[in-house]
Amino acid sequence: MSLPPRARQLGVVGCHACGLVCEDKLDETGHADCPRCGAALHRRRPDSLARAGAFLLAGMIFYIPANMLPVMYTSLLGSGSDNTILRGVVEFWKAGSYGIALVIFTASVAVPCTKFLVLGLLLATCRRRSRWARRERARLYRLVEFVGYWSMLDVLVVAIVAALVKFQALSDIEPRLGILFFGMVVILTMLSALSFDPRLIWDGDDTNR
Amino acid sequence: MKTFLNLVICEHCDSVYRRGVPAPGEVAHCAQCAAVLYRASRLDVEQWLALTAAAVVAFMIANICPVVRISLQGQHNEAALWQSVAALAHGAAAPIAVPMALCVILVPLMQIVLLVWVLPFARVGRRAPGFAPAMRILVALRPWSMVEVGLLGILVATIKLSSFVEVAPGAGIWATAALTVLLIVIAKRDVQGLWALTERAAPGPMAPA
Repeated sequence: MSLPPRARQLGVVGCHACGLVCEDKLDETGHADCPRCGAALHRRRPDSLARAGAFLLAGMIFYIPANMLPVMYTSLLGSGSDNTILRGVVEFWKAGSYGIALVIFTASVAVPCTKFLVLGLLLATCRRRSRWARRERARLYRLVEFVGYWSMLDVLVVAIVAALVKFQALSDIEPRLGILFFGMVVILTMLSALSFDPRLIWDGDDTNR
Repeated sequence: MKTFLNLVICEHCDSVYRRGVPAPGEVAHCAQCAAVLYRASRLDVEQWLALTAAAVVAFMIANICPVVRISLQGQHNEAALWQSVAALAHGAAAPIAVPMALCVILVPLMQIVLLVWVLPFARVGRRAPGFAPAMRILVALRPWSMVEVGLLGILVATIKLSSFVEVAPGAGIWATAALTVLLIVIAKRDVQGLWALTERAAPGPMAPA
């Protein structure tokens, strides 16, 4: 089966906001707006690799304090304790709540680590203009886009639990600094995925770039 | 600038295709990277508008009524979604309350408001004043709408607390569940289709394809 032509070969560019296919005059004008919706037209997301790499690196750095620092302080009948994300998972597992332990582990450890690995792999292979496993890499990117925001789960759980458990002397739950770092990790990796341009996966053949 | 309404560009790999008319329920995939190109709309604008109206009601209930109610030794406490966000705003992790409020409350609200604005006009084949910026914002908001994560967060928090307090669901949790489904149907779908629906009535320098 012959593959479809690419926008660059036909001299057209697609608007990222409304999808309209426009004639590519970016070489002459330098800057052009979509005639239908007014968004700026780009052949590729600007500075894709640099931006995605910077957001990814920042996210990985923040992931360390997110796991080391407590995310929540629980006091029950006078005795208080700080909880990290992982300790919460372990406690659920020991208490026999395997399902809930798995949900939290998936959202707070498996998903962020998968994102680091996948985005790192995509950035490294695209920088080398690799032609290796392009369909699979395109799938990986869509997977990261799809699962990325579920990591916000932990932040929400802490928020809801902290809002509910307010019984002065009896019991109290407060958010702690770790959850700020964790939320930042989720936002930064989402920004990284949004800055990365999946079209770069397919740009390996173009020699005129 | 020439535009080509009969073409569609895969936003994941830049392949160019002639736009077809998909049969109901049909989805067009990119032959190169297997991403979704476009799909047949399961809703007409009238149904879309009706579901958006339902989302307005669900949003109000979800954000006014408490989602969970707990009791511990005769004391009661309940929290609505916005109170959970407010609970984050106290203490060291306070800055995370801002993205949290955006993702579970403000972004979904903006999506609903924008759709309530553009859909009645689209129903009669017209573009609302400010249609272009509204559509650009709708596309940009999509990755940041996280009501479904909020729903899972409520459930996890409920299970987490059920070991040491009595937990009862509030009206807000049902409304949040309804809002989750409605938002997926009205805002996660292909809003770009509205451009084509309102194409004929639009005056302006559109080149015929």
